[in-house]
Amino acid sequence: MPYTAKIKVTLRQSILDVQGKAVEHALNNLGYGTVESARIGKYIEVTINEQELLQAERIANEISQKLLSNPVMENYSFELEHVK
Amino acid sequence: MADVLVGVVVFPGSNCDHDTEYAVASFEGVRPVMLWHNEHDLKGAQAIILPGGFSYGDYLRAGSIARFSPIMQEVIEFARKGFPVLGICNGFQVLLESGLLEGALSRNRDKKFLCCQTNIRPVNCSTMFTSLYNETDVLTIPIAHGEGNYFAPSEAIESLEEHNQIVFKYTDEAGEITGEANPNGSLNNIAGIINRQGNVLGLMPHPERASERLLGSLDGRPLFESLFRHIVEA
Repeated sequence: MPYTAKIKVTLRQSILDVQGKAVEHALNNLGYGTVESARIGKYIEVTINEQELLQAERIANEISQKLLSNPVMENYSFELEHVK
Repeated sequence: MADVLVGVVVFPGSNCDHDTEYAVASFEGVRPVMLWHNEHDLKGAQAIILPGGFSYGDYLRAGSIARFSPIMQEVIEFARKGFPVLGICNGFQVLLESGLLEGALSRNRDKKFLCCQTNIRPVNCSTMFTSLYNETDVLTIPIAHGEGNYFAPSEAIESLEEHNQIVFKYTDEAGEITGEANPNGSLNNIAGIINRQGNVLGLMPHPERASERLLGSLDGRPLFESLFRHIVEA
């Protein structure tokens, strides 16, 4: 059974997230004064046709490092689920 | 003597490829050759230029998908052998994604896409791309980008400084490197860097758009000319 990798890519804390800042200000302007920060990332769903969890995990890690994130300014994390 | 052949890579979404071709062709004894992203053949080019634009729509991150195109595998090999590679704007982003240059470009500090003239100073004139400039020159060369905010970890910046790899910095009209003169938030006002070997240069400003009097500035010409002379003399 294939796996779905749900991959999140986020900007590192040290990187100014100008999109997030704009959203944060907009939310404050809407009256949500308790919203203290907003940071925007990417969500990528990949279906991996592997039977073994370890193998799917290896591929998810590899593609996240190679293409889906830029380690200079981004972090990634993922969850693996069986495709139903 | 045969013409110097300069390869200009064309990705889907490149939009400064013809400007670059036009600028290159304006030098005597130099001929541009266009290289399509799906090819593996550099067609005998003696230098490669990665032009500005939005390769692959800037999907995922600027330059991230272009980096894996067939032509880039050849360009990376070409660069590793020590041949000259110049990346302008999106081309700079591709070079960073390829690992040929260090660091990354994130969104401009003030969120805006910037399309304007900037002043920059060639702070290292000992490279093959800048030998015809003086370090006191204040150049007027335009930028046009949304993601030109240069970032690298502090150790990397120190190492770039130490090895004299920072080639262009944003300045004010007097050539002073000030915070106000920094258009996009780049660390240390960095506008362009070179690799340790000295054969791969990336910069955000567009020298090809400052290569004809009609365009308001000729300050980009010495960059191309330095490179072409270096090739002829090599």
